[in-house]
Amino acid sequence: MSAVLQNLVNQPYKHGFVTDIESDVAPKGLNEDTIRLISTKKNEPQWLLEFRLKAYQQWLKMDEPKWPNVKYPKIDFQAISYYSAPKSKKKLASMDEVDPELLRTFEKLGVPMNERAKLAGVAVDVIFDSVSVVTTYKAKLAEVGIIFGSISEAVQEHPELVKQYLGSVVPVGDNYYAALNSAVFTDGSFCFIPKGVKCPMDLSTYFRINTEASGQFERTLIIAEEGASVSYLEGCTAPKFDTNQLHAAVVELVALDNADIKYSTVQNWYAGDENGIGGIYNFVTKRGLAKGVNSRISWTQVETGSAITWKYPSCILRGDNSVGEFYSVAVTNNHQQADTGTKMIHIGKNTRSTIVSKGISAGHSNNSYRGLVRIAPTAAGARNYSQCDSMLIGDQSAANTFPYIQVNNNSAKVEHEASTSKIGEEQLFYFAQRGIGAEAAVSMIINGFCKDVFQQLPMEFAVEATKLLGFKLEGSVG
Amino acid sequence: MIYQDSKTLLEVRGLRATVNGVEILKGIDLTVRSGEVHAIMGPNGSGKSTFAKVLAGHTAYEVTGGEVAFEGKSLFELKPEERARAGVFLAFQYPIEIPGVANSQFLRLAYNTMQAQRGRDELDPLEFDDFVREKMKLLEMNPDFLDRSVNEGFSGGEKKRNEILQMALLEPRLAVLDETDSGLDIDALRVVAGGVNQLANKDNAVLLVTHYQRLLNYIVPDYVHVMESGRIVKTGDKALALELENRGYDWVSVEPRAAAGAAA
Ligand SMILES: Nc1ncnc2c1ncn2[C@@H]1O[C@H](COP(=O)(O)OP(=O)(O)OP(=O)(O)O)[C@@H](O)[C@H]1O
Ligand SMILES: [Mg+2]
Repeated sequence: MSAVLQNLVNQPYKHGFVTDIESDVAPKGLNEDTIRLISTKKNEPQWLLEFRLKAYQQWLKMDEPKWPNVKYPKIDFQAISYYSAPKSKKKLASMDEVDPELLRTFEKLGVPMNERAKLAGVAVDVIFDSVSVVTTYKAKLAEVGIIFGSISEAVQEHPELVKQYLGSVVPVGDNYYAALNSAVFTDGSFCFIPKGVKCPMDLSTYFRINTEASGQFERTLIIAEEGASVSYLEGCTAPKFDTNQLHAAVVELVALDNADIKYSTVQNWYAGDENGIGGIYNFVTKRGLAKGVNSRISWTQVETGSAITWKYPSCILRGDNSVGEFYSVAVTNNHQQADTGTKMIHIGKNTRSTIVSKGISAGHSNNSYRGLVRIAPTAAGARNYSQCDSMLIGDQSAANTFPYIQVNNNSAKVEHEASTSKIGEEQLFYFAQRGIGAEAAVSMIINGFCKDVFQQLPMEFAVEATKLLGFKLEGSVG
Repeated sequence: MIYQDSKTLLEVRGLRATVNGVEILKGIDLTVRSGEVHAIMGPNGSGKSTFAKVLAGHTAYEVTGGEVAFEGKSLFELKPEERARAGVFLAFQYPIEIPGVANSQFLRLAYNTMQAQRGRDELDPLEFDDFVREKMKLLEMNPDFLDRSVNEGFSGGEKKRNEILQMALLEPRLAVLDETDSGLDIDALRVVAGGVNQLANKDNAVLLVTHYQRLLNYIVPDYVHVMESGRIVKTGDKALALELENRGYDWVSVEPRAAAGAAA
């Protein structure tokens, strides 16, 4: 690989800093007492404690999945601290009351939260470590009956809703990491859009892991009742650490008749250094249930960070005529490994799904797309279209595509297209000959490559995503 | 055209270059002064494109000897993009396709990069659109090419026109056109030659690599050079091109024809 390309893909992480806010950290280790401690700290009802304990019992009997195309040292689950909360837990009435240190952190991250929230009309539910620190626009949303806040709050204020839907899409024993999350999740977002309500603004959450060696177990639950619609944005960055950090989130979406949920993620967690030391392990279970007729679940993700990504945002298309979408850009670089994709499970009649996956691998990284399209016998007239494109930068990176297609209904139609391309020296030379440096050239090629996915992102997020890819690939060229 | 008060733009002395350890350029000498048009001819594989790409700074070629000065400054100290910004332009013999990148975006970035370099105003997408459409009109190019990916699926002749469009936008000091005439139909040849003539003035220079006299009917060279096995073996005026057209290369060859073929 040329020096130009080498420099380009070996970028230091820009968001590597630790915010100095006192944390309330649980002792390391996992057992029933840890779970009881979390539940007590959070003042939870008995049913939730039982939910956690049941998950824990199942987890004990499970093994870590071995099938993903990723390699990492064995995780010592007893060396992780399962609870950490900023000490100032009181609710804040305005942005002025927010810890200035926290605001500075957001500034460093390029998230001018206060302005952003007001100007862009985005409601931001900030998750800082595990406890929700501030929620904006809540009142305005409440006017139309939307509940948007932390899941801990929802457990206190709307226990019946949480009880009804928690674990209904991702059961406690679904997989190893989902079981772990169900046992120890500390916080996350909760969002409920009542019948017939179109959420008047995009809902947004910035996640951030802040305490070294504290596992992060977010739990998100979004429910759109009949005819409701919502667009939800999730963005992440993390400080730079040398020890790997485990992240095992669970996101559940439920769309009832004619409801529409659009979930967009831009993920930029610390990926480890250029030698593959450190970085976040991101083992996430995201699943949407298109439960009602004509409902729609749409996932858009831009994955640029983490040492290891293991993530398959999925759609269960149960309602007749329901629609599932998955638009993904996954960038890996240095020694990053990503095994990501989606599952589209067609159960209802005339269900439709679209998969557009763009994998970009640079450095020594390994980028795999793994996707399942299953057409159940009941899914007459179901249709799927999948397009999986890979782009290689340099010649030491790898891209793989693992499509699994199971069709059990003759009237279904499934189409799959795949391509692999490479940013070559000749293309970069062509740009250079027109005065355009390698950095700008790569950025332009990559943005062109990702266009179909970026188009799906809400406007402000598309800008952010373009910038993130820029961060990822920019550098001193020469 | 040869002017009395011209300045030396390009000075090549004893240039040698290798690719994958094989020597392709074996000592090239060439001086190009402002206002001049030079044609470089020569058999296939004699090193014409290699010479053009070495001037532009292609990293696949290693310079193993000699000097190249552009406006008095060594070119070897400049990265490829810096050479371009200094005013060295290469119209490629085989322009590469860049799928996914809209031609309009690419052209605007190149144009604005050059404008910034020259301390002039950059154009926003709307302004640029008007501007580039005017340029395209002169080259009788369909504006649809703005919306397509750079060179992707362009016919051979369309690619060449797109190269000349870029030249017209970037207004180089030294334009090296590598077989821009190959693959052009008769009308396109006239249009493209017109574009080149329009650009040529007493402050810049054109280096044409070509196999055919027909281009030189439109763009009249002040000097014609014949390249063979990595060297310029003969230099003359426009009459030399006509003579080559009639007699072929054998009579100028400094080595047996077979050997020249083997070197390629
Ligand atoms: N990257 C490369 N690897 C190996 N050989 C090369 C490379 N580039 C050029 N050559 C060789 O160098 C020689 C000169 O090639 P070049 O393209 O400069 O010829 P040319 O004079 O432009 O020919 P034509 O008139 O056919 O365009 C040829 O023998 C060619 O095969
Ligand atoms: Mg050639």
